[in-house]
This record gives sequence, C-alpha cells and structure tokens, in this order.
Amino acid sequence: MRRISPGMMVVLGLLALFVAAALAAPLLSPFDPLRQSLLLRLKPPGSLLGGRTFILGTDDLGRDLLSRVLFGARVSLLVSVVAVALSFVVGTALGMVAGWYRGAVAVVIMRLVDTMLSIPAILLAVLTVAVLGPGFLNLVVVLGLTRWPRYARVAYGQTLQVAVLPYIRAAEMAGAGSTRILWRHILPNIAGPLMVVATSEFGLMILFEAGLSFLGLGIQPPAPSWGSIMAAGRQYVERAWWLTVFPGACLFGVVLCVNVTGDWLRDRLDPRAASR
Amino acid sequence: MTPVLAIENLSLSIAGVPVVDGINLGVDAGEVMALVGESGCGKSITSAAVMRLLPGAVSQTAGDIRLAGESLSRLSERQMQAMRGRRLSMIFQEPQAALDPLSTIGTQIAESLRQSARAARPAVLHMLDEVGIADPARRIDQYPFELSGGMCQRVVIAAALIARPELLLADEPTTALDVTIQAQILDLLRTLARERGTAVLLITHDVGVVADIADRVAVMYAGRIAEAGPVHSIFAQPRHPYTQLLLASVPRLSDVPKSPLAVIPGRVPTPLEFGPGCRFASRCPRADAQCVAQTPPLRPLGDSDVACWHAA
Ligand SMILES: Nc1ncnc2c1ncn2[C@@H]1O[C@H](COP(=O)(O)OP(=O)(O)OP(=O)(O)O)[C@@H](O)[C@H]1O
Ligand code: SF4
Ligand SMILES: [Mg+2]
Repeated sequence: MRRISPGMMVVLGLLALFVAAALAAPLLSPFDPLRQSLLLRLKPPGSLLGGRTFILGTDDLGRDLLSRVLFGARVSLLVSVVAVALSFVVGTALGMVAGWYRGAVAVVIMRLVDTMLSIPAILLAVLTVAVLGPGFLNLVVVLGLTRWPRYARVAYGQTLQVAVLPYIRAAEMAGAGSTRILWRHILPNIAGPLMVVATSEFGLMILFEAGLSFLGLGIQPPAPSWGSIMAAGRQYVERAWWLTVFPGACLFGVVLCVNVTGDWLRDRLDPRAASR
Repeated sequence: MTPVLAIENLSLSIAGVPVVDGINLGVDAGEVMALVGESGCGKSITSAAVMRLLPGAVSQTAGDIRLAGESLSRLSERQMQAMRGRRLSMIFQEPQAALDPLSTIGTQIAESLRQSARAARPAVLHMLDEVGIADPARRIDQYPFELSGGMCQRVVIAAALIARPELLLADEPTTALDVTIQAQILDLLRTLARERGTAVLLITHDVGVVADIADRVAVMYAGRIAEAGPVHSIFAQPRHPYTQLLLASVPRLSDVPKSPLAVIPGRVPTPLEFGPGCRFASRCPRADAQCVAQTPPLRPLGDSDVACWHAA
C-alpha cells in the first residue's frame, strides 16, 4: 500500500469531518434548527443573548444558523450523493451499451442524450418537479434522471475506444460474453474519466438542489438545506453576510474536497499509477 | 481419424469482393500446422472465421468449419461463445496489448475457466508454472505492466491453454518479441501442444519459424491455398512455383555472404484484380494460356497437395 500524502490526509480528514458533522447533526446542534424567535432575528455570529450563544448568528426568523447549517449538511450531502450515484449508474450503463452494441441501439440512446443536453438541465428539473410535486425523493430522482447524459456521453466515447483494443478481443476469444466484458474489462478501464465527471457533478448537484429549493421546488421550508439557507439569506446579504457566507463556505469546502479526492482515487485505482 | 480442425471450402468476402476463396485445411491433434503467405493474403481473417469473430466488414459466403467433426456454422452464438476459450482459443501478436491493464494476471488466465478467482487459483498457479513463469505465487497477483513482453506472451499462452482446448489458433504470436525470446516462446508452444495433444494452427510469414516448429505447412497466396503438406517434403521439394520462389527468397546461413537475395518480381494482385485463372499467373515464370484462363485445383502430388497446372 502506498502512503497517503499529508495534503491528501488533510483533504480526506476534512471530508470525513463534513460527513461526521452531517451524521451527528442532532448531537452537535446547540439548538433546534426550526425554532423561531422574532426577538432574535438576524443576530451576528458570536451573539450572546438571554444566556445563549449563537456561534454563527441567527437568520431572518431568529433560528440558530449553526444548527441549520449542520442539519442542512445532511440534506445537501444526501441529495447530492444519491443523485450523483443515480445519474452515474443510469448514464454509464446507457453509454456503455450504446458504445458496445453501436448501430441502432447507439443511435436511439445518443439521440436521447443530445436532446437532453440541448435542454438546460435546470429547466428540465423544474418542469419535472412542477409535475411530480416537490419533496426529497422527487428531488433526488429528478436530479438523477436529468443529469445522466454527461456520463452517457463520456461512457459512450470511452467504450468505443476501449472496445477495439486487443485485450477486449482477447476476452471475446476466451469466451467472455458481452455482460462480462462490459462489467469486468470495459468499466474499470473507463472509470477514470467517469470519476472526473462524477466529482464535478457532485458540486453541481448541491447547486441544483439549492436552485430548486430556492424556487420552492426542492427541500420544503422550514427544513434546512445549504441551498435553501443561502437562498433565503440572499435578500439580507448586506445586513447579514453570515447567512450566505457560512453555508457557502461549507459548500465550497465540500466540493473542493470531493474534487481533490476524485482525482486522487482515480490515480490510486490505476495499478500502473499506483506503483509509480 | 477426424481432424481436430477442418476448414472446408471456406470463402470470405469484404463488401462483395471475395478475399478468401474456397480454402480447405485440416489440423490433427498434437500437430502444429503453419499457415504462411504474404501480408494481406487472408490468414488472419481465416482464423477469425474459425473463432466466428469476423470483423464487421467481412462475411462468410461459403464453406464450413468443423471442430472434431462438429460444424461450427450451425451453432448459435451462445453455443459458440461457450466453446471459445474452452474448446478452441486464440492468441495473437502484441501480448502486452492482449492483456487488460487493470486485471491481474491470475484473473485473466482464469477467464476461460468460468470459475471464481479463488476456485481457479490452484489451476492458474499450475498453469503459470507450466508456461515457465518463475515464482507463480507472486506473479499471479501482478498486473501486465509489471511483466516483460516475453512473460506476457507466456501469460497469454497460459490463458489460452488452461481450459485444455482441442485447438489453438496462434496469429503471429512471436512477431512482436525479440529473437531469443521468439525461439523460447515457439519452443514452449510446440512442447505444450505435444504434451496436451492440442492442434495448433500457427499463422506466420516467417519461413524460419515454420522450419523450426511446424509439422505441416499450408502456403497461401491471394486468398487460396497454393500448396500444403509435411514441412520436410515441402522444404526438400517445393512443387508450386510460388513456394519455390518463397523458399528461395529466404536467406540461408550457407549463402555466400553479400550474395543478392532472390526476390519475387511483381506484386500480389488485389482482390479486385482476381481473374478466372491462377492468381500467381501475373508473377509466375511458368505461366501459360491455361494458367490465365482456368483455376488450377488443389491436387495430391507426392506427400503434398498442390494447386498448379504445371507442378510435377
Ligand atoms: N477489419 C477489417 N475490415 C476490412 N477489411 C479487412 C479487415 N481485416 C482485414 N481486412 C482485409 O482482408 C484481407 C485479408 O486480411 P488479413 O488480415 O487476413 O491478411 P493477413 O494474411 O493476416 O496479412 P498479415 O500478414 O499482414 O497479417 C486484406 O485485404 C485486408 O485488407
Ligand atoms: S498454375 Fe500456372 S501460373 Fe499458376 S503457379 Fe502453376 S504454372 Fe504458375
Ligand atoms: Mg494477419
């Protein structure tokens, strides 16, 4: 096993911290994230009021921001992880099938990809949520099912390239069937570029969730998510910067850590690079 | 005795143009049959036809392929797939490219066994040992990039033979390797084929390789068999004019140094230029009107079969 570099340790540590904080939100939160108080509206970070300290300040309804950010982490991370996983699986499977069988199958799948990519994803998501109705499950399904075409396109191109390599032909000669070849020989060899897509999508998913929640089509108030906290705080940017800065910083931190981890994983999963 | 491989009257076309035309070929158990011929004469697509993995552009227009008497053309794709790797397998040039860079040696050798990696492990270790790889227990978990080209070809051979197929197709298995390794690999192939009774169809354009390890040889010219027979008879007494010129063009150690190499004047006709007669007629020193007008059939002559009107 190769040693993990100190820089990578920090990144992995931070990521673990975010996940742990999200999981332990009920234990870590000083207050109920939903409890409002009109007397405590828009108090700056560090305010000490009535014997209570609001480390990150309060929002426009007097709710404790730290508690909301912690609970919001659960929603934001869960939505992103599940939606990324869903779109990864759907897009990769369709792209690989198109790249392997080519012909009519590929035409149908890739035409669908082109169509989907030509419509702005957020519009598609808005339309579907508007029809299906808002809510956590619908949000995840909609994000997952609108964001798969990027994976499909990458998986398709990569499969076309890998499918003609001699080792794929050798596997056919050894009697491996299509499923086995796709799963055992093609998927691992195209996983690197797909991972890059997945990590960049992860950040986008958090932003989409924020956007949809902002439009009232995602996580329903009063439940917090980073996106909905920022969306609500946007109106008070001048008077209460903390409402957008803290969830924004968390979002930025997680997305950065995920991207760095993605690159690192991709290198690490490649035995050629791992021995270098 | 039924030959392990019987290619019967096989014809292959690309976009309606016949490229391989009525080939007949048989390989017996434990025998190495060499298939030689100039580049582009159809050797590789003939072997691809045996595996029933023809490139998309190529189609089989006539003929049959039998494995131990059983017609492969009649099998469903599923049945054929079940036979690949188990009853017939294939290796080719560029051993390193033929191995999945992200799979361990052990997994790839076990591919045709269709067992779990763990269940196959003892068999794989044994096979690695048989193909002469030192320290199998360490090598089995390594990746192809950790092995040299020669070792990779040994791994490829191990993968091809582990399920004890009756037939091995080897398409220029040593072309990409350097000369000393070439000899070792060929020696290994020949030994394993003998021990296991595997029939080997060895494709090459290296006449030296043929002399070294083949029992019989078929000489192909422009999509047809020109001459086929035991290696010793063909080398001692080539009967087809093309074979004669081919053997004369091979430098020998006994040649006077710096003496000019014999070359065959002219070039191979392309499939579009094929006429009704003998395809070698455009370059043959003995060609006459009959040669240009009529195709010479393959007929027995001495120990061999020869397709030439004037061979004796
Ligand atoms: N994938 C393919 N698509 C179209 N044509 C092909 C394909 N593979 C081979 N051919 C054509 O089929 C003919 C026979 O090719 P083949 O590869 O069998 O020759 P070969 O005897 O193996 O030559 P070499 O010694 O160079 O390997 C050639 O004219 C070649 O151009
Ligand atoms: S048939 Fe005629 S042209 Fe063909 S090889 Fe024999 S002599 Fe030459
Ligand atoms: Mg070839």
